[in-house]
Amino acid sequence: MTRALRRTAVAMFLLFGALFLNLNYVQVVQSDDLSEDPRNSRTLLREYEVARGLMLAGDDETVLAESEETDGQLRFQRRYPEAGDYAHLTGYVAVNYGLTELEQSFNDELAGRAQEAFGRNVADILAGRERTGDDLALTIDPTVQQAALDALDGRPGAAVAIDPRSGAILALASTPTFDPNRLADHDREAAAQAWEELNEDPDRPLINRAAREWWPPGSTFKLVTAAAGLEQGISPSATYDDPVRLELPQTTATIGNFGGGPCVDGDQITVTTAMEVSCNTTFAEMAMEVGDDALIEQAERFGFNAEPLEQLANPLASRFPTELNEPQTAQTGIGEFDVRATPLQMAQVAAAIGNGGVLMEPRVVEAVRDERGATLAQHPAQPFVPPGQDSSQAISSSTASALRAMMIDVVDEGTGTNAQIDGVDVAGKTGTAQARDDESAPTPWFAGFAPAVNPEVAVAVVFEDGGGAGAGATGGSVGAPAARTIMQAALAD
Amino acid sequence: MARTRRRDRVRTPPPPTRRIRNRELGLLVLAVLLVVLAYVSLGLATGDDIPEDLALYGVALTGLGLVAHLCVRRFAPAADPLLLPIAFLINGLGVVMVRSIDLSLQTARGTEVAFAPQQAVWTLVGVLVFCGLIVGLRDHRTLDGYRYLIGVGAIVLLLLPSLPIIGQEVNGARIWLNLGVFAFQPGELAKIGLAVFFASYLAQNRQLLQTATSRLGPLRVPPPRSFGPIAAVWAASLLVLINQRDLGLSLLLFAMFVLLLYVATERLAYLLGGSVLFVAGALFAYQTFDHFRQRVEIWQDPFADPSGAGFQIVQSLFAIADGGLFGVGWGGGRPDLIPFSRTDFIFSAFAEELGLVGVTAVLLLYFLLVGRIFAIAVRCRDEFGTLLAACLAIVFSLQVFVIVGGVTGLIPLSGMTLPFASYGGSALVSNYLLVALVLRISAAPQPARPVRPAEGVPT
Repeated sequence: MTRALRRTAVAMFLLFGALFLNLNYVQVVQSDDLSEDPRNSRTLLREYEVARGLMLAGDDETVLAESEETDGQLRFQRRYPEAGDYAHLTGYVAVNYGLTELEQSFNDELAGRAQEAFGRNVADILAGRERTGDDLALTIDPTVQQAALDALDGRPGAAVAIDPRSGAILALASTPTFDPNRLADHDREAAAQAWEELNEDPDRPLINRAAREWWPPGSTFKLVTAAAGLEQGISPSATYDDPVRLELPQTTATIGNFGGGPCVDGDQITVTTAMEVSCNTTFAEMAMEVGDDALIEQAERFGFNAEPLEQLANPLASRFPTELNEPQTAQTGIGEFDVRATPLQMAQVAAAIGNGGVLMEPRVVEAVRDERGATLAQHPAQPFVPPGQDSSQAISSSTASALRAMMIDVVDEGTGTNAQIDGVDVAGKTGTAQARDDESAPTPWFAGFAPAVNPEVAVAVVFEDGGGAGAGATGGSVGAPAARTIMQAALAD
Repeated sequence: MARTRRRDRVRTPPPPTRRIRNRELGLLVLAVLLVVLAYVSLGLATGDDIPEDLALYGVALTGLGLVAHLCVRRFAPAADPLLLPIAFLINGLGVVMVRSIDLSLQTARGTEVAFAPQQAVWTLVGVLVFCGLIVGLRDHRTLDGYRYLIGVGAIVLLLLPSLPIIGQEVNGARIWLNLGVFAFQPGELAKIGLAVFFASYLAQNRQLLQTATSRLGPLRVPPPRSFGPIAAVWAASLLVLINQRDLGLSLLLFAMFVLLLYVATERLAYLLGGSVLFVAGALFAYQTFDHFRQRVEIWQDPFADPSGAGFQIVQSLFAIADGGLFGVGWGGGRPDLIPFSRTDFIFSAFAEELGLVGVTAVLLLYFLLVGRIFAIAVRCRDEFGTLLAACLAIVFSLQVFVIVGGVTGLIPLSGMTLPFASYGGSALVSNYLLVALVLRISAAPQPARPVRPAEGVPT
């Protein structure tokens, strides 16, 4: 009996061995795969176990995002007290739809597990303290943000305001907006319904038009073309022909002016005047004169073709085509053809001009602080060298001065008079890009800064489909007043 | 090699019983300490504090351990010193885990959940039953005389849940007995009863069964008369279980029966025949029973329907994987996400909170327990004792294998308790009964042949 008994015992022991091997397989080999499985709610639940940090506006008072303890399975509910006003900046934490914007790009900090917090976290574990998220101190100025929202007035469009001296983003508004609280709702069905509604909305409220949507910049791009020309020695007082239409080489296509006639008297026009009245033929010709390489170079020095805002999740790089024939060069010189710019990019162009030609790193997060107010990480002002460039000096300071003078004229007596502010010199440039295929009205733009000397704010505003003003909408009639409202708010602060 | 060493070993007299008992006491103290430590970690992890009822549970646990120990010391002084501490330790850790599950459900649902105190009461009952058997049954061979009574009793126990009023169906299996005050799963007890019957019958008839004198076609089989009663009891139990849709238990009983037949007769033919029948039975069940087929399909691909049919096993795998190497710690897991985490899936909760390292330790405890029981079977002087211990070791191993293998995705899942760990009074009390029986066998007078130490069994 003993022999059979021993064999049976061995068989049973082998069963234990099989259990042990299988456990190794599940807990070691398969562990990561199973943990990362989207159907594994454990990871999700753990994310919700931490009270994520606050997002505080630049006034250190306005709370843009906070966490609230619940009785539910998911412990902390993310709340956005300002509802839709900062939605495209904060993003949201949604059970079904993940994280977006700052919630995504600063997820580690907000969840309290950034590298900088490692020491603190170890101390917390040793002391048996619960881990808490860290707070983001933002550069956003609630007054300016509110002004931007007022100026946009719910029309599909976007506005960005930057402090040219520091790169601090004062306002980043995209309209129509949405209430991130609805998507962050732990009630998945309610969140799903909100998600469906927002996605079906033809005005696409979930799109971040300020940093993740682009349009042909139209005449605002003439700033870049003029910069390239000035850098090559073309003087502001240099004169160009003033034809009704500019014949383009290698093609039968022509470029005309707004209104269909010549820009001034049909004879000659100076660069300064061309800027003032936004003369297409002049800048198309100038573009061909400086050549495609110089134009590409200049656009890229301003940050085109490069990721503009590292702090925001997946920002959209504006585009300047890198292979151009002559007629295409002429087209790009007036911000058409394949040129595409985000409002953020155009605000950066204006800011660099205002800042003596120096591009500053755009940023929305000033500092990361812990619960007790200790600073974990700083994001101070620093010059921005676009990838592939060797300097943050997008243009020389003399070119910047010349452009500034032209932009002052634009607002003083040109296309941008609607941007005038009492007692302050404003510099700006209007743009009215051709309507997109699906639109009936053009895309009005405005980019500028104020005060014209030592500016405190640079803005870019864009509206889709004429901004509600119909086929006759222009950058001057629709863009300039909006920009004015925003700059005024920034200066009043 | 092992064999040579054993031959060289000098014959040593068995250690005095007092030393054996002192060893048991020491291990019991260790078990109590480990359980208290686990409970403290749980309290620190979930409430940032040492649990208020620690003293109460600590004293109660120590008291129970002491009572059980003193019983054994007085009434079974030569009994194996490891079984009781191991059982006690798994039981204690199980109660702490049930508490951990309580707390996580409490957090998730916001309502008071208190199964752990319930299980603590069952522990008390279990220890009392343990002591009752140690005190009341002075010689395991007494049971030999009641073999038919016990066999029929086991069948009756199995039949009871099928009766109206007192029988209850829970989660698709009709295996519960509602006794008004509390519910009872008679299957747990019946298992032990059947083990006693099989062991007793085979001990008496093994010679007969070893000799194949009759012919069945080309096969030589034992005389039907010697085979009849055991086959009848076995078939009856299987029919009852299949009727109650407790297929896991029926396959377990089948395997136990075949293995025991093999141990008793040493005839491989029984093992082979049994295996063929086992496979045939499994295939038959696969064809016949939808829920059996579904279990197999879930096992093949749990992720085919992760939120439907595969939900339980998928959640279990997520929990186990989450534990990783070192686990998330007592109270750190989310057993509220595992279905039936308190009963069938308690091993998954262990795997999550204690990690691979922790559950390997738990598996080793079972391994050690089973190893000791096999050693006791080998050492026992009478055939009934040997076969009974062997049978209990087999049923215990298989049960651990079936449920742990089931929740870890190694084999198709079939509902079963994890001995000593799962929540549930019937199982816990029956397991204490089982350990008491084995202890009683191990306390029987030692054989005259050289003492074989536990290492004699390959481990």
